[in-house]
This record gives sequence, C-alpha cells and structure tokens, in this order.
Amino acid sequence: MTQTTAGRPTSEPAGRKQRAQIKARTLRTDRWWVAPAITFAALTSFLVYGFWAIFDKSYFVEPYIAPFSSPCLATSCPEGARFLGLAPFGDWWTLPPGFLILGLPAGFRLTCYYYRKGYYRAFWLSPPACSVAEPHGKYTGETRLPLILQNLHRYFFYGAVLIGAVLTYDAVLALRDAEGNWGHFGLGTAILFINAALIWAYTLSCHSCRHITAGRLNHFSKHPLRYKMWTFVSKLNARHMLLAWLSMYSVMLADLYVRLVAKGIINFPFA
Amino acid sequence: MGYKAKFRIWRGEAGEGALEDFVVEVNEGEVVLDALHRLQATQTPDLAVRWNCKAGKCGSCSMEINGKPRLGCMTRMSTFTEDETITVTPMRTFPVIKDLVTDVSFNYQKAREIPSFTPPDNVKPGEYRMQQIDVERSQEFRKCIECFMCNNVCHVIRDHEENKPAFAGPRFLMRIAELDMHPYDVADRKNAAQEEHGLGYCNITKCCTEVCPEHIKITDNALIPMKERVVDRRYDPLVWLGNKIFKRSGSGSGSAKSG
Repeated sequence: MTQTTAGRPTSEPAGRKQRAQIKARTLRTDRWWVAPAITFAALTSFLVYGFWAIFDKSYFVEPYIAPFSSPCLATSCPEGARFLGLAPFGDWWTLPPGFLILGLPAGFRLTCYYYRKGYYRAFWLSPPACSVAEPHGKYTGETRLPLILQNLHRYFFYGAVLIGAVLTYDAVLALRDAEGNWGHFGLGTAILFINAALIWAYTLSCHSCRHITAGRLNHFSKHPLRYKMWTFVSKLNARHMLLAWLSMYSVMLADLYVRLVAKGIINFPFA
Repeated sequence: MGYKAKFRIWRGEAGEGALEDFVVEVNEGEVVLDALHRLQATQTPDLAVRWNCKAGKCGSCSMEINGKPRLGCMTRMSTFTEDETITVTPMRTFPVIKDLVTDVSFNYQKAREIPSFTPPDNVKPGEYRMQQIDVERSQEFRKCIECFMCNNVCHVIRDHEENKPAFAGPRFLMRIAELDMHPYDVADRKNAAQEEHGLGYCNITKCCTEVCPEHIKITDNALIPMKERVVDRRYDPLVWLGNKIFKRSGSGSGSAKSG
C-alpha cells in the first residue's frame, strides 16, 4: 500500500538554475530587530537577577521563603525554611541552597519550546527574525550534541511539576504569621499565591504536557477523559509564550519581594 | 482615489538580475498583484509573475514583498503608505526561472518522498470508523494551499542550501504529522521524520507559522507534536520501558494499533 518514493533531489548544474542573487541580508523595511532585542534584554535581566539572587543569603523571613531558594534542603537553611522540616543534604552542602534545586526550573525553561524560539532568535541569531539571514556558515539544528538534549524537555517538565507543588506549599505556609499561627495574609502571601498560580499555568501549558495528556494518542474518542485534559492544556498552550513571560517575571518579583522583606527594606504592616 | 505607487521589482533569469524601479498607478481596493498586472499591461509586457485564483486559495503568487514572504493577491496596497517604495522579489529559497517566477520542484520532490496514507492490511476501504474528534487535528493541516512560503522562509534551507537534501521543510513535516496522527495510518512516520526528513533540523523559531496565509499553527500543532512523538520513539527510556512492560505494539500513538 505504501507509495514508492522518489530519490533525493539532485543539485542543479551550476549557473543554470540559481536563486535570485540578492546581496542584502534582508529587504524587510519594518523594525524586525525590536522583538529579538527586547527578548535579549529581558532574558539577560533575568539571568543577572538569578545570578545575584542565588548568592544572596536573605532568602527567608517568617513566614516567607524566596522562590529561588525553595525547597531549602541543606542544614545551612534556617530551621523554619527547611522543606517539611527536613535537611536531606545535611552539613556537607556549604554552597547556597538554591544550587540544589535551580537546575530543575532552569532546565525546564532552557529546553522549553517557547524559550528555545526566543533565545535561538535573540542570542544565537538563528535566525534573528523571519527572512533575515543568519550569520552562521553552517547549521545542524537539534540533530546532534549538545542541542539534541533539548529532547529531554519532558523530564524537566516532571521536575517543574514538583517545583510547582513546592511553591504552592510555600504559599500555603505563608498563611501563617511569624509565630506560626494560621490566619495571616500579607502582601507577601498574595504575591506567593499569584506566583504559584502563574507557575502552574506556565507548567501545564507546556508542549510536553500537552503531548503527555493525550497528544500522543490518535484515537481521542477512545480516551474521553484524556481528550478533555488535552483540550484544556491546548487552550493554555495557545498562551504559552505569554505565560512564560508572566511566570518568569512573577517568580523574579516574588523572589525579590521576599528578599527585600528579609533585609528589612520592606517593613510596612501587612508586608 | 488612485495614486502613483513606486515599486522596485527584481528582474532577471536563472539567478542573474537586479532590482528595477517602476512607477505605476494603483486604485482603491487593489492588491500588489493588481499593480503587477497593470505593469505588465502598460510598461513591461514580459514581466513574469505566476498567478491563478486571485483569492488566496491557489498558492501560486507567492513572492517576497518588502522582504517578507506574502501572497501577491492577498497583500493590499492600502497597507503601504503612498510615498513608500515597495520592493518585490521572488522567493529566495528556490531557483528563479524568470523575474518573480521560481522553480518550486524541490517541494514536489519532497512530497514524493513521503509514503502515502498506509491503512492496516485488515481494514478495507469503506470499513474505516472514525469520529470527528479523531480527525479534526489533522484537518487543520489540510487547509494548506501549498504556496510553499513556509519552506521558503525556513532558515534551515533558506540560509543553508546544503541542507536541502536532508530537510523536507515545514510543509512536508506537517504532512508527516498529519499522517502520523491519522487513526488508521500504520506506517512508521516517527523514525522517518527524524532520519529521512530532517525534523531534528527544525529549531522551532516559528517563521513557518508566521508566514502561513491559512494561519495554520504549523509549529505548535504539527512540528512540536511530531518532535514529541519522535522523543517517544527514540529518546525517552520510560516510554520504551512502558512499551516493553505493557507490550504495546507501537509508541502509544500508534493509531489503529494501540489507541
């Protein structure tokens, strides 16, 4: 039943059939460089902040813990900051606790299908914009190391689900006051809840999540529940880019807010 | 109200040529293709431009207008200012035959390399039973008018002509996704997509989606789902283990075989 295939296209004799010889890199007249420039600036600002935050020690103040340092899994964490009261990494871990867990959310975003588009365009200029020639002489895409590792995205998705659960847990704990009594609701609590909601929305809108729910199936009608999940995730997935940016800035702002409270710079009532 | 529009049009044969300036009258409601036809009628009777339906449904008049792949018949003159010079060039990825007409046979060759719909041996024509939700995903891809602007804009072959033998381009990777998602197709599309048609070259920068005149979500609904299916087959040890333990015959997306 299978139709036979033709051979590979052969190259045309030189000089007989050629593309239009146009020297300009692009003939676009719009400001095509604006979008990659904004992406470059926004991602760079996030990286700079993350680098600073990971070495900053003011990541905990009752009842808030900064998202970049959560879950806190080492003995060096203040007692109230330890995830479920545990410190599985013990005394030997002396580096900032954020190093223990940042690989999961960082890997999730690094291999994310949206961010890949963003940084391939803005950082690697491959291509910088549509129909603007890229500067590289050779291109192999994601066919070989290291970029073939982008195919591990789904494993980072599983890790991101755990991180989403931890951030939700942190937000719930922020409903307690500094003495541990439930009923507190400060600005920090609201910020942590909003951040957790956006992180969940971004995580669930992931293309790998869409595939896992039912995208890999061909008979949706045989799996009505999974089809409903796929339909829901597909709606979120249509806004994956928006959610990627919103959640990136929400986690950065939530992290900064907790650190400013911990440093005493923000100290108004209901902080 | 009509006005005199300024055009710069690439003219030449077999790659050799140059941009030439023209001034031509355009009227309210007209599109770029109308202006090109008026040029043919009044100034340059030998200007070559391929066209057919003038309704955005045949995919013939693909060209690059101010550097962007567009259909000449769907690009309204009202989107330009009256003092703007509009540059019109042939699609860059394909060889030029003359002026704005390119040889797109690369695409037909790639189409022939994809095995056609392959139903299971035990299901005869007339016995297919599918519900609408089983096929509506692939129906989106059937809107394709084969203007080949997605293949034209894709930097994998636009900027690297040497990749042409190994890369089918978004249009035909979408065709593979369409078949792989079909409930009754049993051919091995996943390995073929990666090994023979160059899915791994795609770095999902979404230019194909941006230029599609039918607004097909090529990247989100075809290329990325296909990449995920390839991961199932080739790169995910958990899926491999699951297939062994539960004795699934395919990858889980194996249509009539498994679900």
